[in-house]
Amino acid sequence: MSPETSRREAGFPLSAYLICLQGIVGRELLRFLHQRERFVAALVRPLVWLFIFAAGFRQVLGVSIIPPYTVYVLYEVYITPGLLAMIQLFNGMQSSMSMVYDRETGSMRTLLVSPLPRWFLLSSKLWAGTLVSVVQAYAFLAIAWFWGIEPPLWGYLAVLPALFLSGLMLGALGMLLSSLVRQLENFAGVMNFLIFPMFFASSALYPLWRVRESSPLLYRICELNPFTYAVELIRFALYLRVEPVALAVVFGCTVLFMVGAVLAYDPARGFLARQQHDAGGHP
Amino acid sequence: MRIAAILLGSALPFLPMLPASAFTAYVSNEGSNTVTVFDTDTFEVTATIPVGQRPRGIQLTKDGKHLLVAVGDDDTIEIVDTATHEIVGTLPSGPDPELFTLSPDGNLVYIANEDDNMVTIVDLAERAPVGEVQVGVEPEGMGISPDGKILVNTSETTNMAHFIDTETHEIVANVLVDSRPRIAEFKQDGSEVWVSAEIGGTVSVIDPATKEIKKKITFEIPGLRAESIQPVGVRITKDGTKAYVALGPANRIAVIDANTHEVEDYLLVGQRVWQLSFTPDEKYLLGTNGVSNDVSVVDVESGKVVNTVQVGELPWGVTVSEN
Repeated sequence: MSPETSRREAGFPLSAYLICLQGIVGRELLRFLHQRERFVAALVRPLVWLFIFAAGFRQVLGVSIIPPYTVYVLYEVYITPGLLAMIQLFNGMQSSMSMVYDRETGSMRTLLVSPLPRWFLLSSKLWAGTLVSVVQAYAFLAIAWFWGIEPPLWGYLAVLPALFLSGLMLGALGMLLSSLVRQLENFAGVMNFLIFPMFFASSALYPLWRVRESSPLLYRICELNPFTYAVELIRFALYLRVEPVALAVVFGCTVLFMVGAVLAYDPARGFLARQQHDAGGHP
Repeated sequence: MRIAAILLGSALPFLPMLPASAFTAYVSNEGSNTVTVFDTDTFEVTATIPVGQRPRGIQLTKDGKHLLVAVGDDDTIEIVDTATHEIVGTLPSGPDPELFTLSPDGNLVYIANEDDNMVTIVDLAERAPVGEVQVGVEPEGMGISPDGKILVNTSETTNMAHFIDTETHEIVANVLVDSRPRIAEFKQDGSEVWVSAEIGGTVSVIDPATKEIKKKITFEIPGLRAESIQPVGVRITKDGTKAYVALGPANRIAVIDANTHEVEDYLLVGQRVWQLSFTPDEKYLLGTNGVSNDVSVVDVESGKVVNTVQVGELPWGVTVSEN
């Protein structure tokens, strides 16, 4: 970074940052509001799991009492935190997909040429995406309430910071990935190789003790999957408890992915530069 | 309805601050030959009392000073001092006592002897038998009318509810119910006696005056096979408006409107829920989960399961003391 840029960065008043944040968040929310299908799709996906998948498994999986639960719960109650995390996982991937799209259409360049520091631009984008996912998560919780999934009332408040943190982690992961993906078409691959394995190899659908009973290897994989910790963070928060390990892992991963994304998006050093260079070299 | 639920829900976090009168619950653990004692305010286990072989039926004496535990494989009923948790004596129950009930004045104990098809009547103060009644095969459930005049015993294999006159010790009527009747429970006003049939999957509501079945309550839980619905424990609130039926391996307690006899709700509890007991203030209903070795706590007012207490192996019976 040249001395000139750092001087310029330092010279920006707070209002400039706020205008920028407002612009990015506003754009993301506008996009969200205009894509009503996306909102519906984001809700239908977990609802299908809740109404159909969970109903079918009601009898198969007797869920015994494990923290944070103090009473026996139905399978649909068990998978609700997992479905909240799934909403955020898809949202994180979707907003990163939109970044690939932005890059292809050139609007990404408009964003990245802003004189404000890149980490700020990317975090604003991340916050905006997370905000959208939190709105989706609450909409899902509201519908689930009518389906008999009734966590303690204060849990709805306690889950808010957990949803923000897990949303940031999954969004940052998506952002890191979007810097690695060259074209929009490749994104289907990301779905297959990332979203599904992450979702299934976690505690979202089955308690880990049950996974361990059938496959110790899969249990290890679940333990290494950051998504598991996002699910558990949400699950405990929903029942007014803090899971310190989950909190630490999710927080650590958020920082890690975010730093990775900022580095990867740096034209001077990152993947973007190499990609553009490659594209320029082979017209 | 929803709004009421929200208001109630928002009040719930503050409830623990209110002074609650704590009662003591006693759970017989058929597998570990113990009685678990816990507080119904904190739901912490406070003691585990070793008793005889295969404890099942469990009840307190009217003064609350003694706990009676039917220890079937020792062919007796043990008397446990509730203050010291020491076994202070036994009752001559006859062989293999399973369930028993006390007369309303608390002086007599009516005991079902599973192995010899007999109901034994024991004077509690004298600790001596005062009578026997021959009943059907494998007697189990014992319900006594609030005025103490009629004792209803169910026999598991004969599939009958035997109405016994407590004065003459004679059977005055036999009512055929569904397969394997387990429990007989009178309404507090004596207008109905409810008999659960484990294999039949029903609860028969019998009018004690006419000895006719007024209504057969059936159960249906989406996603569960009918065979897994096995009604056992029955409890009816003192005001006679609500009834609760433990459905065994269906892992549910049915909530029933006791006036219309319609099932209102099914509450998910632990595995093979067996016997039920209210706290004396009817704030909570406790249910023993035989296979999962715990007791589920139902908040009667909100109709929700609110807690679970780990107890010994194969918890069977439960009773709650006033103290």
